[in-house]
Amino acid sequence: MEQSKYDTAIVKSFVHWSILWGVVAILVGILISFQMVEPGLNFPPLFTYGRLRPIHTNAGIFGWAIGSFFATFLYMVQRLTRSPLWSPRLARFQLWFFNATIIAAAVTLLLGYNTSKEYHELEWPIDIMVVILWVVFAINIIMTIIKRREEQMYISLWFMLATIVGVAILYLVNAAEVPVSLFKSYSAYAGTNDANVQWWYGHNAVALVLTTPPLAVFYYFLPKSTGVPIYSHRLGIIAFWGIVFMYLWTGAHHLLWTPVPDWVQTLAMAFSVMLIAPSWASVFNGYLSMSGQWHQMRENYLVKFLILGITFYGLQTLQGPLQAIRSFSGFIHYTEWVPGHVHMGVLGWVSLVLFAAIYYLAPRIYGRELYSIPLANLHFWLVLTGQLIYSISLWIAGVQQAGMWHSIDPDGSLSYSFMETLIEMYPYWWIRAFSGVIYLAGIAIFIYNLAMTARRGRPVAADDAVTGV
Amino acid sequence: MIFWEKKPVVFLLMATGAILVGTIITMVLPFAWVNTEADRIESVKPYAPLELAGRDVYIREGCNNCHTQTVRPLVAEVLRYGDYSKSGEFRYDRPFLWGSRRVGPDLARIGGKYPDAWHFQHMENPQSMVPRSNMPAYAFLKKNAVDPDYTRRKMEVLDFPYSESRIRDLAGQTEMDAVVAYLQKLGSDIPWREASRAAIVGELQNPYQDDSSIIPQGEALYAEHCAACHGKDLAGGIGPDIHDVDMPDSDLYEILYNGITDGGMPAFSRLGPDRVWKVVNYLKYQKRH
Repeated sequence: MEQSKYDTAIVKSFVHWSILWGVVAILVGILISFQMVEPGLNFPPLFTYGRLRPIHTNAGIFGWAIGSFFATFLYMVQRLTRSPLWSPRLARFQLWFFNATIIAAAVTLLLGYNTSKEYHELEWPIDIMVVILWVVFAINIIMTIIKRREEQMYISLWFMLATIVGVAILYLVNAAEVPVSLFKSYSAYAGTNDANVQWWYGHNAVALVLTTPPLAVFYYFLPKSTGVPIYSHRLGIIAFWGIVFMYLWTGAHHLLWTPVPDWVQTLAMAFSVMLIAPSWASVFNGYLSMSGQWHQMRENYLVKFLILGITFYGLQTLQGPLQAIRSFSGFIHYTEWVPGHVHMGVLGWVSLVLFAAIYYLAPRIYGRELYSIPLANLHFWLVLTGQLIYSISLWIAGVQQAGMWHSIDPDGSLSYSFMETLIEMYPYWWIRAFSGVIYLAGIAIFIYNLAMTARRGRPVAADDAVTGV
Repeated sequence: MIFWEKKPVVFLLMATGAILVGTIITMVLPFAWVNTEADRIESVKPYAPLELAGRDVYIREGCNNCHTQTVRPLVAEVLRYGDYSKSGEFRYDRPFLWGSRRVGPDLARIGGKYPDAWHFQHMENPQSMVPRSNMPAYAFLKKNAVDPDYTRRKMEVLDFPYSESRIRDLAGQTEMDAVVAYLQKLGSDIPWREASRAAIVGELQNPYQDDSSIIPQGEALYAEHCAACHGKDLAGGIGPDIHDVDMPDSDLYEILYNGITDGGMPAFSRLGPDRVWKVVNYLKYQKRH
């Protein structure tokens, strides 16, 4: 059978390593969330908030998310092309080089070697490792697609290819820097230019690392999980080309009211609002694919993860454009609202979809049925609860903080000093820290369930549909 | 099925094209306006060696994760931090350090706000100056020496002017000295403090002249804004002993409101006239005789 030529061992390895990096991201996240309420938990020089926060974001985005996308992409590309991987050996190299890069990133960030640029903190030698890693990955995916045995490329492959080329452009342009020593460099761009390039990168890392890859996963794993095809091919085309064309204009919405030229800010604002259309094209496509299938929300735990995931994508792509409007940005930017927004995206949308994909993959990589569906449900409710408490508490905190920052007394002076506003944040920060603990409990159950599947799950029968395409 | 759905190479080229349109218009084109003659500010100067070393400490410690460095042209923001930021002020910033979140306050205009002694003590033990602050302590910076040769190399890479004597001066300086020098440079290249100084016209009349009921409010304001430098009991510290301030209310008001630029006394105009008068009142009642 042709599926025996599919490389699933590599998928399994990437799943395991990405979960490990995900746990690191959460543990560091919880530590820094407690540091915000108790400065005594900073242990300088290595373990301070300033050095740990980049480790939290990098482990989450590049360890957990990218690691899982490597796993799911390598799985999907073989099935969607009906061809084995172009080079399983290259994929093996990719796995170990990926881990080496993440470890090098964590160690150098801890030592304080960083460029200061958000989501691009890694210094130039690690940048080079990232580029090598990405080229290796790109070659394998593109060659597998070129040698495919299925004429039409399914929408998930479009999103994969856009991810590959988009990330390459973003990363290379933003990495332009002049080295001073092995672990220190200065940006090739200065001041306002540097800011504009960085946020063109930063926001499109959200587009091409945290939007197009989970969409590739969603468009594949939703029909696989429900057994019914995606509602509309045409809506998919609108979603895809809308996203890849419009996203790149929006970076400066991170820089509203700054010295970046006004027209760049206005374009960013306009395109951010326009992006609601292609984003919601995928949300509707997901919902309409469920018509006549909504009972599966009750019966099929995978569908629950996926539909909640796309729902958070929908909420995220409404809240994002709202924040990108000048007046609202003037109020809410720089407050605690923003991490609330970001975490709805990464915990709600990206991670829920990835959990579904990994649960779907479990029988296919272990050859065993999932150990416990009730535990998967418990995992779902814990991570959902943790994430909602996290985001909602910070949205309320952000509105209060913004209100206090902007409040002016009748005599024209500020109503509150900065410290008076900071002190008001402490209760919210306590709540946020504990929401992280709830989320971690969900992850612990997820890992336990997978470990028990590998060891004790009921073996999947050889002719079972599960091992097929 | 549309043609590009079965042609991966054509598809890749189309996707690249779609990505490049917005990229070129919003990311490449602005280079024609920014850091040109159009936004140049003559008084903005590159970093001195010690300031640059300090800036790199700021980057290494990830200060930008909690502090921004751009003041937006919004009323409350200009009141709180000072004049709004201009493009030309950042011409020598590689990388830019505008940040994205204010766990702590914006630092774009911190230069010249407090005396050096305030910063040293605050960096070493933030809670000793700002009791409920959540900032980590950076006392260890006092133990790290600045490397003159490495700093010279950095100045050369950035093409900043420097003299050998300034490099030699670095010997014996610590990273704490460097980071404080950097903070004192921030935002002070343009004379915004002088420009924003409120001219006080006419006779100043203390609205709380004989109102002792206002003292507790003045005391609370003193504890929050003044005690870190002048001591809880007014006995002094970073700032002088102010038990026996002997001057007319209007003069004291003016000092609190506009500060003493050369003496390290910050301006408290952001508190507004009402609160400044309450502090004046409190101070007058503390006179021992």
